[in-house]
Amino acid sequence: MTHLVSIENVDMRYGGASGTLAVADLTFKVDKGEFAAVVGPSGCGKSTLMRLVTGLHIPQAGNVIVAGQHVTEPVSIVGMAFQNPSMLPWRTTLDNILLPLEIVEKHRKRLRAHRAEYVEKAEHLLEVVGLKGFGSKYPWQLSGGMQQRANLCRALIHEPQLLMLDEPFGALDAFTREELWCVIRDLHAEQDVTIILVTHDLREAVFLADKILVMSARPGRVLREHRVPFARPRDLEITYDKAFNDVVHELHGEIANARRAA
Amino acid sequence: MSAVVEDIQKPERTKPLVARIDWVKASPWLYTIALFAIWEAAVRVFDLPYTILPAPSRIFAAFYQYWSPLWKNSLQTLYTTTLGFLMAVVGGLALGLFIGWSKVIYAGLYPLMIGFNAVPKVAVVPILVIWFGIGAVPAMLTAFLISFFPIVVNVATGLATIEPETEDVLRALGAKKLDIMLKVGIPRSMPYFFGSLKVAITLAFVGSVVSETVASNYGLGNLMSSAQSQFNVPLVFAGLLALAVEGIVMYSIMAWVEKRMTGWAHRSSMSH
Repeated sequence: MTHLVSIENVDMRYGGASGTLAVADLTFKVDKGEFAAVVGPSGCGKSTLMRLVTGLHIPQAGNVIVAGQHVTEPVSIVGMAFQNPSMLPWRTTLDNILLPLEIVEKHRKRLRAHRAEYVEKAEHLLEVVGLKGFGSKYPWQLSGGMQQRANLCRALIHEPQLLMLDEPFGALDAFTREELWCVIRDLHAEQDVTIILVTHDLREAVFLADKILVMSARPGRVLREHRVPFARPRDLEITYDKAFNDVVHELHGEIANARRAA
Repeated sequence: MSAVVEDIQKPERTKPLVARIDWVKASPWLYTIALFAIWEAAVRVFDLPYTILPAPSRIFAAFYQYWSPLWKNSLQTLYTTTLGFLMAVVGGLALGLFIGWSKVIYAGLYPLMIGFNAVPKVAVVPILVIWFGIGAVPAMLTAFLISFFPIVVNVATGLATIEPETEDVLRALGAKKLDIMLKVGIPRSMPYFFGSLKVAITLAFVGSVVSETVASNYGLGNLMSSAQSQFNVPLVFAGLLALAVEGIVMYSIMAWVEKRMTGWAHRSSMSH
């Protein structure tokens, strides 16, 4: 199996030579098709990690390699979704989802001529996330959970090889969150996509991920890598199993230690 | 864009008259009538001479008497104001987009703009007269100068407050600055732009009338200043009233345009 994302000994410092060191000696790898979750105390550089992998930041030291290429500029093979769904209110949900296609080099030239084909794809994604028939609605006519589902569609429309999720469900209520866990789980199973999920929610990480990276307090580096042993497909019920909770408990202890060390 | 759901109920015959009137719709007219009524009563009760404060009846009489010059000069003022305002719309939109484009330009030009805006426009009129002579051109330019600023500031603000997440999502896809501006920045600043038009149009009237008063042979400003020199106070007030009407009409047109163009902004909160 090949690595899709490979980060080697990366240092990233903000604000010049005397600025804060956000991550130091960060090293990890994510395989193709793998689901990785990143957890850690707040301020551990999780968002920096997102921005490094997507090429929004270029590190001062070390290598960031995505899909066999050294990252020196934004890589368009990724899709991103944040806690804030950031839908554009003047576009319908469908047009919001099609937005990345107007940007990505490969699609923007084809979009006008092949619009029907892309719309069909968007409709399919909407169906997968449980928003069938909502494409013509404006984002402000949707609830927070529905907007977040649409946000996932937008992140996936250009068939990214890598999906980066930054606390995507942080602002949602517990039930909606669990529903969306299942949406993500099914998306990962259906589409051939690698996912990196940054989260505070340890249950979310254990339920969804194949591999969990525990980060230290600032400057962030990977303290430990956990393999999540549970077989797929996973049912929500496993979140109540003892084995599941033991993993969550262990992670919790490690992060508490990392906080104390800071 | 957005479907405006209006609750139109057919008045039922059985209801009394008071219940059949839409008080919200009627109230602007009622309040205006009340204002004139109180004014009229006050002038009569205190027996004020018309050279101090003419009663509305006297003003309307002046309207009737001087209908032709009032009409001509109103049109002149409307013309200069509208032209100045249109220049401000085009110029303000262009400069606003330019300023909002980058943080450096924003930081560099903002203090200059504020300094420029702080200069009283009355003081600029003599300069404009030196350059362009007496007449419509200085009035137009004063209207332009005074109404330009709110448009620039609003457009630039709309561009400068793009959510960082949106920008990240697009930049990660390889979007260039121009893409982000076209897809997000400009549509996003449109509610600010259309909102600023309401402020700008009323300011434009201030500008053109000031300039007409100081340096013109036409327009309501000129009419009022010559009426004042002849102690024709009812005509001065008639001029003011004509201006107020023009202002209200233009404002409502701008409000209507705003609602038509950016209905989505009224339905959603921009700052999620």
